Amino acid sequence: MSSVTAAPARRSEAYLGNAMPIYLDNQSSTRLDPRVLEAMLPYFTEQYGNPHSASHAYGRMAAEAIEQARSEIAALIHADPRELAFTSGATEANNLAIKGAAHFARLYPQSGQPRDQIVTLTTEHKCVLESCLRLEREGFRVIYLPVEPSGRVSLDRLAEALSERTLLVSVMAAHNEIGVIQPLAEIGALCRSKGVLFHSDAAQAVGKIALDVEEMQIDLLSISGHKVYGPKGVGVLYVRRRPRVRLLPLIDGGGQERGLRSGTLPTPLCVGIGRAAAIAATEMTDEAGRLRRLRDRLQAGLARRIPGLRLNGDAERRLPGSLNFCFPGLAAMKLIEACPALAISTGSACTSASVEPSYVLRALGLSEADANSGIRIGLGRFTTPAEVDFAIDALAAAATQLRAEAGMAGEGRAPI
Amino acid sequence: MGEIARGRPGVSARTETYLDWNATTPLRPEAAAAMSEVLARCGNPSSVHRWGRAARQAIEQARFTVAALLDTPAEGVVFVSGGTEANHLALLGSGRDRVLVSAVEHDSVLRAAPEAERISVDCDGVVVLDTLDRLVAADPRPALVSVMLANNETGVVQPVAAIGAIARTHGALFHCDAVQAAGKITLDARTIGADFVTLSAHKLGGPPGIGALVVTGELELTPLLHGGGQERGRRAGTENLVGIAGFAAAAVAATEEIAVYDRVRALRDALESGLAAIAPDAVVLGAAAPRLPNTAAIAMPGVAAETQVIALDLDGVMVSAGAACSSGKVGPSHVLEAMGVGPDLVGSTIRVSLGWDSSEADVAHFLRAWTRLYRRCRGSSLGARAA
Repeated sequence: MSSVTAAPARRSEAYLGNAMPIYLDNQSSTRLDPRVLEAMLPYFTEQYGNPHSASHAYGRMAAEAIEQARSEIAALIHADPRELAFTSGATEANNLAIKGAAHFARLYPQSGQPRDQIVTLTTEHKCVLESCLRLEREGFRVIYLPVEPSGRVSLDRLAEALSERTLLVSVMAAHNEIGVIQPLAEIGALCRSKGVLFHSDAAQAVGKIALDVEEMQIDLLSISGHKVYGPKGVGVLYVRRRPRVRLLPLIDGGGQERGLRSGTLPTPLCVGIGRAAAIAATEMTDEAGRLRRLRDRLQAGLARRIPGLRLNGDAERRLPGSLNFCFPGLAAMKLIEACPALAISTGSACTSASVEPSYVLRALGLSEADANSGIRIGLGRFTTPAEVDFAIDALAAAATQLRAEAGMAGEGRAPI
Repeated sequence: MGEIARGRPGVSARTETYLDWNATTPLRPEAAAAMSEVLARCGNPSSVHRWGRAARQAIEQARFTVAALLDTPAEGVVFVSGGTEANHLALLGSGRDRVLVSAVEHDSVLRAAPEAERISVDCDGVVVLDTLDRLVAADPRPALVSVMLANNETGVVQPVAAIGAIARTHGALFHCDAVQAAGKITLDARTIGADFVTLSAHKLGGPPGIGALVVTGELELTPLLHGGGQERGRRAGTENLVGIAGFAAAAVAATEEIAVYDRVRALRDALESGLAAIAPDAVVLGAAAPRLPNTAAIAMPGVAAETQVIALDLDGVMVSAGAACSSGKVGPSHVLEAMGVGPDLVGSTIRVSLGWDSSEADVAHFLRAWTRLYRRCRGSSLGARAA
């Protein structure tokens, strides 16, 4: 056995102490819940068996833990555990759902009109849009529907876009930048009536709002671990069994996950996302109420102190912890720089280093200048009222000062 | 926040002996320490705020570390979810229409390119270089050759430097699946001579769910997963920060402690000679070829591998009947079939694989259990014959 080099683990505490900004970016990632970590730990060390080693106890124990996790996630979305395939994250789940359905339809065409069209929204996550783009290059046709100024899809426009050639509709359950929740049950009913598959990227929604794949008639649903206080590197794709949805795998090999996704399952990560789902199932209702109150407090506090502040996206049908504001006349990046004590962002993390204005805000009809003033704030399980009050003060002070510097001071009162 | 325990994994009081290290390994303490450091960080590595930047920094440090192991620039390391995905990324992303794979590759290579031409192996499981040369030369289209560094079932090590040279001569790219070899034998990209190298963390003491495809040159790679443009556009998805940190730390520790495999080799050899003493009819497959120091593929003619594995498990000895991923399957091993091993031996071969933490006691436990099993099987067959 190798000698244990005593790593300076304590160093991280100083680093992660007061020096780190208040974390208000829970859409991009969430802190691992200590209870999730606790559940994962034994599977990193004592129970390290390969879950596919059916021949010995270590393997079987790992496999049992994974099946337990699968059941916990299934319960959260009212699915059968056999309908879930573990993936490396929501990006892979979305890629698998969209490309997998398209490739299957091309390889095994049904009699009659071939279904080779996909309908999605211009505001979807990059990994949905990029998967669609890829399919366009392969000869599939993709319709990118615009959204209403609220960020919601128009059901009439969606109905018009569907045809006998439509294979799949992909609409995000709740939006990563603006938090807006789509009318999932209505979309599901519409798709079912036309024999079209309904995929929903629910990375942001799972564990935050109630989802029911039966009631909402969702055929494919993507889940991410690290957006629900679980680990990074794991996600789930729900694939309906009745009526059966067939996909071609992206990653083949050992035939794990019923042939849908090969590769050794990472037991600790699967256990982690399972525990995260179980916690969310128990606490979601109360936590949503708490977050809504914090969110309203933040919104009211900012609105009182920052004239002209505008909320982006539907005010009612949104995730409890999610806010996206325009600070008219202020460049979002400037405002963020002026608030070094807050971890907030201009939008999706994937594109947050980009200088382009958010394509999502533009799709809501915002001018380029307004889109450039958009800031996303994500409250989460570990956000406290004191942090919210601190954020109100910090943002209001920064906005007031930046406006004064620009010679356009509003009535906003500088905090003491 | 809790820390990942650093002690020896809980093999309870040595009544259980884990000899399935090729399926997965316990987490190295160095990996546990590195993971514990980043577990409490919640940033998305793509975020520009300080939480994000801290996560990004940890990932880039790990990338540098993994690259250094292969003596290749850091930007060549593409972190993926594991060996299976890395093999797919290489085979599907290289842009080469013509793909040649050895007949003993892992299922994740074979299934990634089901149309690929198969390179045959000799009776020890080694790629025949002349055959490979002729095969690559036979078709002028630019090709990709994929041959693993060491086999997961037999441990047989391929002459990859020569294979890489043949590929280069004919303008072909060379992909080497080094999942089983990494951490057990010394490797760097130059000795392998490969354009793409697949690595998996959980085979060398890192956590499961993380691996890398290392691109040693300036090669284009079509992504398998599209999205946020992470990993220089070659692999979308939020990076598995904890896994990446553990992977890099385990890779460093494995490299530094590679000499421990001299001891492992001695243990493995003792195990094999112990077997030979007990059972003159037992066969070690691939024994004439260069092999990993830790792996033994052992056939007990006439006794089904499943029977052996179950009996050993009841005695507290954990081995496998081949690759873990296909353990649930009943089909015969394609690796042994490609070596021309007869069906009676193919169906009766178990894989015993040791690791850095294996001991003489483990070998003794295995030999005791195996002897009981052998006497029982041979005894009953003798009895059956007598009756």
